[in-house]
Amino acid sequence: MSAKEYVVILFPGTSHAVRAESLLVRAGVDCRLVPVPRQLSSDCGVCVRLAPGDEDRALEVLSGAGVVIEGVHTLT
Amino acid sequence: MIYLDNAATSWPKPPGVAEAMARFVTDVGANPGRAGHRRAVEAGRMVYAAREAIATLFGAPDPLRVVFGLNVTEALNLALRGVLRPGDHVVTSSMEHNSVMRPLRALEREGVRVTQAPCAPDGTLDPADVEAALRPETAMIALNHASNVVGTLLPVGEVGEIARRRGIPLLVDAAQTGGAYPLDMVALGIDLLAFTGHKSLCGPMGTGGLIVGEGFDARRLRPLKRGGTGSRSEWEEQPDFLPDACESGTMNVPGLAGLEVGVRWVLERGVEAIRAHEEALTRRLIEGLGEIPGVTLYGARDAARQVAVVSFTLDALDPAEVGYRLDDEFDVLCRVGLHCAPAAHRTMGTFPGGTVRFSLGALSTADEVEAAIAAVGAIAREAR
Repeated sequence: MSAKEYVVILFPGTSHAVRAESLLVRAGVDCRLVPVPRQLSSDCGVCVRLAPGDEDRALEVLSGAGVVIEGVHTLT
Repeated sequence: MIYLDNAATSWPKPPGVAEAMARFVTDVGANPGRAGHRRAVEAGRMVYAAREAIATLFGAPDPLRVVFGLNVTEALNLALRGVLRPGDHVVTSSMEHNSVMRPLRALEREGVRVTQAPCAPDGTLDPADVEAALRPETAMIALNHASNVVGTLLPVGEVGEIARRRGIPLLVDAAQTGGAYPLDMVALGIDLLAFTGHKSLCGPMGTGGLIVGEGFDARRLRPLKRGGTGSRSEWEEQPDFLPDACESGTMNVPGLAGLEVGVRWVLERGVEAIRAHEEALTRRLIEGLGEIPGVTLYGARDAARQVAVVSFTLDALDPAEVGYRLDDEFDVLCRVGLHCAPAAHRTMGTFPGGTVRFSLGALSTADEVEAAIAAVGAIAREAR
C-alpha cells in the first residue's frame, strides 16, 4: 500500500457530505472534506477523505445514520 | 418602548444572533457547496448546523429533509404548488393566513378544488369537520397550528391521526408555534411542516423552510425554482434529492448563521419553559384587558388553548386609532387591522374592521404586560 494512498467517499450533494463529516467526527473517525477529484466527478462539491483502513468504520457509521453514499474510491 | 408585535417578527433577538451573522460576513463569507476550499466548507458546516438545530427542535429524524428558504410563505407555496395538481382536492380551515389562502385561490383557478372546514367564531376547529370535508380525491390537508390573529390552537394532532388513517398528507403552517409551543412532527403525524425563522425561532428575517417528513416521497414535491445547487453540476436537470431539489441559488447563509443561534437559544431555554412563560403572561393579558369596560376580546380567551397572541377591539374606536395612540402616547408597539388573514376575521366577525393585536415573545416581561393593560385602560376611559 502506497503511503500516499487515501480513500474518498462521495455523496449526492454538499449537504450530505457535511452531514457525513459531522457524524464521523462525533464517532471519532478522522476525516476531511475535500473537493471531489475531477477523475471521479465533474461536480463542484466536496467529498469525505479518509486514511486507508478507516473506510469500513466510516461506512458503518454512515449507513447506520441512513446517509446516501454515491461511491467509495481508493486513490493515490 | 414595549414591543408587542412578536407575531409579526420577534424582537429583541437573543444574544449572539446578530454576532453570528456578522461573524459569517466578516470571517467566513464564502458560498457553501460552490467550491471545496476551507471557507466554503465552513459555510456549508454553518448551514448544516442550522439544519440540525431545526430538525432537533421539530423532532425531524433527518436534517437533510429540512429545506431552507426565505420564510414560511415560500415554504407554504412550495408545499401547496409543489404537490397539488389540477383535479386534486385540498381541505383547509376558515382561520388561515393569506400565505395559505392566496396560493390556494390561485391553484383553484388551475383546477384544484378547495374546501375550508368551518371554524367557530373563537377560532376553534372540530376535527370531525375536517374529516367530513374529505373526498376520495383529497390530496392534502393544510392547516395552521395557531392563528396569527387570535392565537387559537388548531387540533393538529387529531387531524394528523385522521390524515394518517386516510393516507392524506398533512401540511402544517407552524409560523406562530415553532419555538413557542411544543411541536414534534412525527408524534403529530405531520408530513410537511412549514416554519419561519424570524418569529419564535428567534432568528433573523429571510430565513424559514419546509421539513419534509420521512414518509413523504420528496419526488412528489415540484420545486418552485430550479438552478444551481453545487451538486450534479454535469446535469442540466434539477437534482431530485433533498435538500438540493428545492434549494437552488445562493442561500441566506448570514441569516441561517443567526437562525442557528436563535434555535439553540430556544433549545437551551426549552420550548416547554418558553411556553409556560408566555402562557402565564397571556393569561394575565387576557384577564387585564377583559376587565376594561369597552374592551371586546376575540378568540378562545383561554391562555391554555392559544399561543401568546391576543386580539381585541375597543367600543367605538377604530383599531388603527388605538394602535396609533398606543404607539404615540404609550410607547406600545402592536399591529392593527386584518393581519393578512381576512378568512380568520370573517370567521370571528371582525371583517373588515379588524382588531388590535398584542403578541408576546419569549423575552416579553410581566411589567410590559401590565404597562400595555394600563395603556389600553387609559385610552378606554378617555373614550367613554
